[in-house]
Amino acid sequence: MNQEVSQLFPTPDFSHLSENDFQDVYEPAEDSFLLLDALEQEAESLNSLRPLICVEVGCGSGIVITFLKKLLSSQCVCLAVDSNHKATSSTVKTADQNKAQVEAVTSDLLGNLQPRIEGKIDVLVFNPPYVVTPPEEVRCPGLPSSWAGGVNGRQVTDRLLSDVHRLLSPSGVFYLITIRENKPDEIRQMLKDRGLESTVIIERKAGPERLNVIKFQRRISAVT
Amino acid sequence: MADPTVTVNEMKIREVDFNPEFISRMIPRIEWKALYEAALSLDVVGNLSPELITDYEKDEDFLKEAHRVLMEVEVIKGFLICPESGRKFPIENGIPNMLLNEGEVGDGPAQSEALQEDDSMQ
Ligand SMILES: C[S@@+](CC[C@H](N)C(=O)[O-])C[C@H]1O[C@@H](n2cnc3c(N)ncnc32)[C@H](O)[C@@H]1O
Repeated sequence: MNQEVSQLFPTPDFSHLSENDFQDVYEPAEDSFLLLDALEQEAESLNSLRPLICVEVGCGSGIVITFLKKLLSSQCVCLAVDSNHKATSSTVKTADQNKAQVEAVTSDLLGNLQPRIEGKIDVLVFNPPYVVTPPEEVRCPGLPSSWAGGVNGRQVTDRLLSDVHRLLSPSGVFYLITIRENKPDEIRQMLKDRGLESTVIIERKAGPERLNVIKFQRRISAVT
Repeated sequence: MADPTVTVNEMKIREVDFNPEFISRMIPRIEWKALYEAALSLDVVGNLSPELITDYEKDEDFLKEAHRVLMEVEVIKGFLICPESGRKFPIENGIPNMLLNEGEVGDGPAQSEALQEDDSMQ
């Protein structure tokens, strides 16, 4: 019985990606799977939003956006961006492999897409490079940029956080992975000041990391 | 604030199930003029209306054309071109590359300056 339930939204197949691909593209790990679990837990509430536009920033292998697309029962546009072009092409392959339709764009965060998509994103997902590293590592090309977060592991995340309240549609939701070193409470306060309420929907300890997924949405009073 | 134009070397028409309710809900989120101009530059205008009509949600033919251009036309290879700066962003294997320089990942002022230079794209 349980087996059947968990098979309802299986982990996307990424067997088409090899060790060779994972030399350049972030290999699904504990954080990726935590995000899948969080989205699965949210399935009903996500479907009740009947989202039209879903966006994943930093899509890597593409398993998260593919999973999200499969989880949603009504038609929607799923957009995946990553600054690593090998990640966006892996994402398209992963979507194809799982018969999901995902549009990929290689871009630094939302880049030039931002003005067109402001106020229109119903579901936004980000598993950022969150590891605390020397600041200059953030700019390293290649695989380090998939985890190197610089100061407090927040250098990349913060650039998106300052725009999130503008990006979300009135009923939009945003899911973000953080670790304790990212100071999640500070992040929550920062977005609260911009009208976004938050809850920690899932937490897990993975090796030395204390991971969680925070869900943000507009305060009910702000939605009119 | 002009929209980018598209040049296309390779295009694909993919079949996507027509869902009138979805298209009706999508239309308010897209800029009709931009869609029409993109269709023009890709030479796939067909019967797409140049103006958004009122009561489009009741007009199946209108929605079908919107569906075709919005959902079924895919540029595999080409360029997005910013009309003001002339800057070209390549599309390869259906994936537009909007990075200003290959391998660029910004985290600070240098990147935001570069982006501002290209504000015209927006
Ligand atoms: C921790 S990985 C997550 C990958 C995938 N979403 C997952 O959960 O397995 C972070 C991803 O963010 C991407 N990334 C890093 N900096 C970025 C930026 N400035 N803009 C877009 N993507 C970025 C990396 O290339 C990497 O694929």
